[in-house]
Amino acid sequence: MTIIFYISAVIAVIATLITITSMNPVRALLYFILSLLASGVIFFVLGDPFAAALVVIINAGAIMVLFVFVVMMINPGKRTIEQEKQWTGAKMWILPSFLAVILLAEFIYILLLPGHRFSGHQIIQPKQVGLELFGHYLLVVELVSMVLLVGLLGAHHLSRKSNTVKSEDLED
Amino acid sequence: MAEINMQTGLILAGILFALGLTGVLVRRNIIFVLLSIEIMLNACGLAFIVIGSAMQEPDGQVMYFFILAIAAAEMAVGLGLVLNMFHKYKTLDTNMLNQMRG
Repeated sequence: MTIIFYISAVIAVIATLITITSMNPVRALLYFILSLLASGVIFFVLGDPFAAALVVIINAGAIMVLFVFVVMMINPGKRTIEQEKQWTGAKMWILPSFLAVILLAEFIYILLLPGHRFSGHQIIQPKQVGLELFGHYLLVVELVSMVLLVGLLGAHHLSRKSNTVKSEDLED
Repeated sequence: MAEINMQTGLILAGILFALGLTGVLVRRNIIFVLLSIEIMLNACGLAFIVIGSAMQEPDGQVMYFFILAIAAAEMAVGLGLVLNMFHKYKTLDTNMLNQMRG
C-alpha cells in the first residue's frame, strides 16, 4: 500500500508541475485533473473513501468542467479550430494517458487485493463523517451554505447583461 | 506493508502547496492564477485528510468537505470575474489591470 501512495504522490507532483508551467490552458486543465485523480487515489489509500469520491465528483468533475467552459468561451473564432486540431494530436494526450493508466493499474490492484486492503489505516466510514458533519459541525455547515449562497449571488451579479452595459457606460 | 506516516503526507501537501504558490507568483495569465489557487486549496485539503487519517478521526474529512465548498464558491465568482475582465479588456493578462481610474 505504501508503494501505491508513493507512485500516486509522484504522479500528483509531476502533473502539478506541468500544470503551472504549460502555456496551453487546456493542457494545464488536463494535467490538473490528473493531479486531482492522483490525490483521489491517495485519499483512498489513506482510508478515506468518501473524500476520494468527493474529489473525483466535485473537484475533477464539476469545478473543472466550469473551467473548461470558460476557457472555451474566451477562445472564440477560427483560432479554436486550429487549436482543436493541435490538441487532438498524439503529442497532447500520450503523457496524460500514460500517467492515468498508472493510476488505473493502481486502482485495479487495490480492488483485486484480497483481505487486508487498508493495512495500517482504519477506514473512516462516510457514516462517521456524516454524523460528525451534521452533529458537531452543524453551525459550520450553515456558514458554508451561506458562503455558497453568496457565491451564487456573486456569480449571477457578475454575469448579468446589464452589468456589462453599465461598465461600458463608465468607460465613455 | 508499512504504514504511511504522517510526515510523508504532509511533505507531499507542502510540495503541492509550494507549486501552487509559485504558479500564483510567476504566471500572468489569470486562468493559470485561478488554477494555482485551486492547487493550493487542494493541497490544504490533502493536509487535512492526512492528519485526519493519522488521528483516526472523521474531522479531517469534514474540513475537506468545507474546503471543497469554499473552492466551488470561489471558482464561480472568480470565473465570473474572468469573463467580465475578458469582455472589457479583451485580454487575460493580469498586468493590464494595474491601472485604476478613480
